[in-house]
Amino acid sequence: MTVTADGPLPEQTYDVAIVGAGVVGCAIARELARHPRLSVALVEAQDDVGQGTSKANTAILHTGFDATPGTQEARLVREGYRLLGAYAAETGIPVERVGALLVAWDEEQLAALPGLAAKAGHNGYTETRLLGTAELYAREPHLGAGARGALHIPGESIICPWTTTLAYATQAVRAGADLHLNTAVRHVARADGHRLSTSRGTLHARRLVNAAGLHADTLDRVLGHRDFTVTPRRGQLLVHDKLARPLVRHILLPVPTALGKGVLVAPTVYGNVLLGPTAEDLHDKRATGSTAEGLAALREQGRRILPALLDEDVTAVYAGLRAATEHEDYRIAAHPGQAYVTVGGIRSTGLTASLAIAAHVTRLLAGTGLDLGPAADLDPLTMPNLGEAFPRPYQRPDLIAADPAYGTLVCHCERVSRGEIRDALRSTVPPRTLDGLRRRTRARAGRCQGFYCGAAVRELFERGQTGGDTP
Amino acid sequence: MTTVRRTDVLVVGAGPAGLAAAARLAAAGAGRVEVLERETQPGGVPRHCAHGGFGTWTRPLTGPGYAALLTDAAERAGATLRTGTTALDWGTGPVLTAVGPGGPETIEARAVVLATGARERPRTARLVPGTRPAGVCTTGELQQAVHLFGQHIGTRVVVAGAEDVSYAAAGTVRAAGAEVVALVTEHPRAQTGRTRAQAARLVHGIPLLTGTTVTELLGRARLSGVRVRHRDGRTAVLSCDTVVFTGDFVPDHELARRGGLTLDPGTRGPAVAGSLHTSRPGVFAAGNLLHAVEPAGTAAHEGARAARAVLDFLAGAPWPGPGVPVTVEAPLRWIAPNRVTPGARATRHVLRTGTPLTRPVLYVRQDGRLLHRERPRPATVLPNRPLPLSARWHDHVDPEGGEIRVSTT
Ligand SMILES: Cc1cc2nc3c(=O)[nH]c(=O)nc-3n(C[C@H](O)[C@H](O)[C@H](O)COP(=O)(O)OP(=O)(O)OC[C@H]3O[C@@H](n4cnc5c(N)ncnc54)[C@H](O)[C@@H]3O)c2cc1C
Ligand SMILES: Cc1cc2nc3c(=O)[nH]c(=O)nc-3n(C[C@H](O)[C@H](O)[C@H](O)COP(=O)(O)OP(=O)(O)OC[C@H]3O[C@@H](n4cnc5c(N)ncnc54)[C@H](O)[C@@H]3O)c2cc1C
Repeated sequence: MTVTADGPLPEQTYDVAIVGAGVVGCAIARELARHPRLSVALVEAQDDVGQGTSKANTAILHTGFDATPGTQEARLVREGYRLLGAYAAETGIPVERVGALLVAWDEEQLAALPGLAAKAGHNGYTETRLLGTAELYAREPHLGAGARGALHIPGESIICPWTTTLAYATQAVRAGADLHLNTAVRHVARADGHRLSTSRGTLHARRLVNAAGLHADTLDRVLGHRDFTVTPRRGQLLVHDKLARPLVRHILLPVPTALGKGVLVAPTVYGNVLLGPTAEDLHDKRATGSTAEGLAALREQGRRILPALLDEDVTAVYAGLRAATEHEDYRIAAHPGQAYVTVGGIRSTGLTASLAIAAHVTRLLAGTGLDLGPAADLDPLTMPNLGEAFPRPYQRPDLIAADPAYGTLVCHCERVSRGEIRDALRSTVPPRTLDGLRRRTRARAGRCQGFYCGAAVRELFERGQTGGDTP
Repeated sequence: MTTVRRTDVLVVGAGPAGLAAAARLAAAGAGRVEVLERETQPGGVPRHCAHGGFGTWTRPLTGPGYAALLTDAAERAGATLRTGTTALDWGTGPVLTAVGPGGPETIEARAVVLATGARERPRTARLVPGTRPAGVCTTGELQQAVHLFGQHIGTRVVVAGAEDVSYAAAGTVRAAGAEVVALVTEHPRAQTGRTRAQAARLVHGIPLLTGTTVTELLGRARLSGVRVRHRDGRTAVLSCDTVVFTGDFVPDHELARRGGLTLDPGTRGPAVAGSLHTSRPGVFAAGNLLHAVEPAGTAAHEGARAARAVLDFLAGAPWPGPGVPVTVEAPLRWIAPNRVTPGARATRHVLRTGTPLTRPVLYVRQDGRLLHRERPRPATVLPNRPLPLSARWHDHVDPEGGEIRVSTT
């Protein structure tokens, strides 16, 4: 079990190095770790897994009903939906099958619904159903006035993106993969395999997987390819207080237009309500800030979809960057001559597709001549539950009886116990910042943003960091 | 297994309001009086206000001193304080579920007093755009970091706000050995006493930027600065590694909402008349849950007042009707209490204005009928400062009439 964040990198030559520990890179590492004979390095520029786009999305487990039929994305999303749904049930990643409603607000959108149902059919998804206004408002009594009808997609689900990424990384590391954090790959030279120059020195690997998300095009160019260019498309989102959760039962989707998928309102597995995302084409791959204009535009649209939402407090504002390219599909390609696989253009569905992408990439690697060796079952894993639809530790008398730390709440808004914070600090892939701790426990993620608990959580974190006791 | 227990009175929150209520109830022989407090120490917000401004004229105290005094009084009167225990939700009637190190429990009471207090709205709720760096907090977090844990809070700090709590935050920053870059307020002047504002500016050299808003946070891992905009359109970047969002208080009303209590649209706390009965039989409310925020002494007085109403109720007094709603017109923001029960013991009201008022006159009307006019004592009333209104007009209220409106015109 190795996770490093500083010091020199190991001198060994890995069978496979994966660049980028987002949800996609972590899924690939986990899939490869099923083969005990392979040595795998997962290399990440930042100080935690899932710190790129994987931490900032709308957290929907897509059926793929609206994908472009026949594309690789359509196939991998469909397959990933099934795989991740099963994996989540096994490992305790919170998923709620709330279903989605594609809401039509005018005649033209209403007329588009049957076509969207047909498209879903082409994608192998046949459970859609058209709803009239009476049933629509019966299902969503707080929906704004003026909706004309909807298409119900019962399979659309919500999921915890942080736990997903972390589960993959945890299993990969426990099965023997090395995770090297704070390791930005700058150059790659071919010399008896790949020689990666990184911010922490050189790393050697026989095969290379590029899962660098927004920077996949840059790394691809280093290896001499010009297949695609990533143009970040920013999505800003507003997270509303848990007291808003009773206002909405489904994921409320707009009817897609030429301009993109539009703004949605969706519950989260933590019991909040999301409003977003915007879609802004940018050039800066670091522009994950929010803007006054973006937030105002979202609230304007939210007012129409779910007017009462605007009365609830916003507990988080964030923005993610989709790795959009000039192509209308993923850019996954094997370059056998270079012992190299590119996993690029994983734009707005990568969370859902992650396990299917990992299986696909593993086959591609085998196709480049990599001998995977035998596969073994990974040790079963149970992730800490952050979801409100399942018992949280503070709700479990058995757990508290065994360890009172689970009954001692530290973060009151999110009801996070001291026991959960301690567990996170001792976990296989521990947090290195308070934000990392938040993604693992929800501590400080609630409506007070630390007014009550911020200093106490920081105290536990710093004591845990210095190897001190976290009772 | 969830334990089920019984008590006579259950108080939620061991801040000034809850502690004062518990002390009075226990002393008056209300039976078993239990206080649930989710923090490890009782005292509420004053626990971490390591500055003066509490207690009475004759006996000034620091926040922690005041918290200790009230805690002591409640315990000596015989109330049971249960710290580390969080009230979670409701059963049927005055029944609460709670959790603590001993596990989940259901507590059945004859009466419940909610005294869950108020907090500052953080950056997110204020919709301040920009990045999400470390170094962004509220006064509550700042004071706890410095006074309870001795944590490092940064070196250059911008304080958003210029009301009493903002000056308290600036004091905490200085006590921690850091520099206050500026106090920033959108209002035309500071909303605190003249001496306090002058001391900050002249003695400590802290600039006050009026008519100015924080419009963006900058920096990646750590805050590197805040962008501000002046009313006249000019913008600037104040370089800093910490920003404290002060004031902008809201009641911590989760439990009240979960219990289906009628809330007042202005205060966003439970709607109450002076007797502090809520809309849910058996449930009373007191303290800053009702008005975010008033001084600690006011919260404590209210706790004692709620105790009297609880004692009457336990002695068989019927639950009163909802009373006549009292609402305010802009620029007034809220009024508390916000219900009037004619015939009941009258208590005065407190209001807040959104903009400064010079020599205001408050008009009280019901169904277009003028009930009362009053010129408040301070000639100038500032936002975030108390604006009192007497209760002399309660006798003129028509109990069958429509809502009462308070305005400045
Ligand atoms: C607003 C928004 C909403 C979305 N909604 C959904 C949704 O509801 N459902 C869904 O399934 N998908 C959704 N997505 C898409 C999904 O989030 C992405 O497809 C997915 O996170 C991509 O994962 P990744 O691992 O490819 O990229 P990333 O998470 O960006 O990971 C790439 C990693 O590579 C690292 N890296 C880059 N360059 C280097 C280098 N040179 N050296 C070392 N490391 C490097 C980065 O630091 C980063 O951690 C959404 C995306 C956005 C932006
Ligand atoms: C930063 C700051 C500085 C201040 N400075 C001054 C000053 O100088 N002078 C002055 O007079 N006033 C000051 N005040 C105001 C004063 O602190 C408040 O008026 C007073 O604390 C209000 O008392 P309360 O009992 O209503 O609420 P609080 O003091 O907020 O107490 C509420 C208590 O309820 C507990 N609680 C909440 N929910 C639950 C639950 N579900 N289960 C169990 N427990 C729960 C909380 O943990 C808390 O301890 C200041 C306030 C702040 C925020």
